[in-house]
Amino acid sequence: MKPLLERFSGLDALTSAQLAGLSVQLQPIPGAVDVLQVSIETRDELPIFVTGSDAQTLCICYLWHESEVKPEERLAMLEAMLDLNPAIPLSSFGRIGERYVLTGALAADARVSEVAQDIATLSDNARDALEALAPFLK
Amino acid sequence: MAVLNKILTLLRSSVREIGDSVVDANANRIYEQEIVDAKSAVAQAREELTLVMAKEMQSAREIERLKVSAAQYEKHTLEALEKNETALAEEAAARVASLEDELDAQTKAHASYALNTAKLKDLIRKAETKLRDHERELAMARTTESVYRATQSISHNIGSSGSKLLSARESLERIKQRHEELQDRMSAAEILDRETAADALDHKLANAGIGVVPDRAQAVLARVQASARAKAANQVA
Repeated sequence: MKPLLERFSGLDALTSAQLAGLSVQLQPIPGAVDVLQVSIETRDELPIFVTGSDAQTLCICYLWHESEVKPEERLAMLEAMLDLNPAIPLSSFGRIGERYVLTGALAADARVSEVAQDIATLSDNARDALEALAPFLK
Repeated sequence: MAVLNKILTLLRSSVREIGDSVVDANANRIYEQEIVDAKSAVAQAREELTLVMAKEMQSAREIERLKVSAAQYEKHTLEALEKNETALAEEAAARVASLEDELDAQTKAHASYALNTAKLKDLIRKAETKLRDHERELAMARTTESVYRATQSISHNIGSSGSKLLSARESLERIKQRHEELQDRMSAAEILDRETAADALDHKLANAGIGVVPDRAQAVLARVQASARAKAANQVA
């Protein structure tokens, strides 16, 4: 399979167009699995990571670490996440190891324009989620 | 669901620590080989099935032929008897008996082919269901592994680049702050635009002699000069 940066050529411009012209930068992350970091102007703290397997293309936004959750609010936060899950367009809450994430899944052969739309939506959703669920965090 | 259960067990056991491989790569390869083998077994079973089904159809046609033939020779036997051709009638009857034996054997073979067809179809259906399950399981295992490995690369990259992951609250504050800055910049630009537009209008009006404020300094100067001239005239007088 071609590297993600090659497969999704033009992803930066298409994502930028989805986000009213905010500047978007792509950066491949070295490692065992092909990962593409998407940084968005004014949202540098919430980069989106795109990775792919035979089964799907996955866009991941890391939200917070388990250690940042107020222990007494943890159950309420998990319930809020489950309640919100169906309402969030194109994205779902999840957890990878100790990190809570928001993910958007696409078909393995998704078009670059679809990935751009997913990234823009995921970025908006992540910002909203951070604001809405901040009361559960330390 | 069996597949999800396995993934959940994997995640809850030893691999909570990111960096450990979620799925044993060797086990994955064995699994892949099993899938390849199962696919070739299904393909072979399908080939066998077509063969057995062809034989089943053949034997069905043969049964029909034998039935027609036996009926025909039975009719011939009857006709020979009616014509008192006893020897011929016996010969024809013997043919009928032989055809009936053949029919019996063919009927048994047909039943056996039909049974085999049903068994093979069942086998293929079960194998294909299992194959689909295995493929799904492998896809899930691979995706889980890929996600964990990606997270490992990302964490490693963040660590080695010297930057650190901010807490969610810090991130939120910074994003909000930057958003406000952007909003302020946009508002300032808007105000500036409006002011520039207002100045341009005033300038145009002044050029047309409308709304011109009299020059107060000139007026004061004229007044002082007039007063000085009046004083000088009084002194002369």
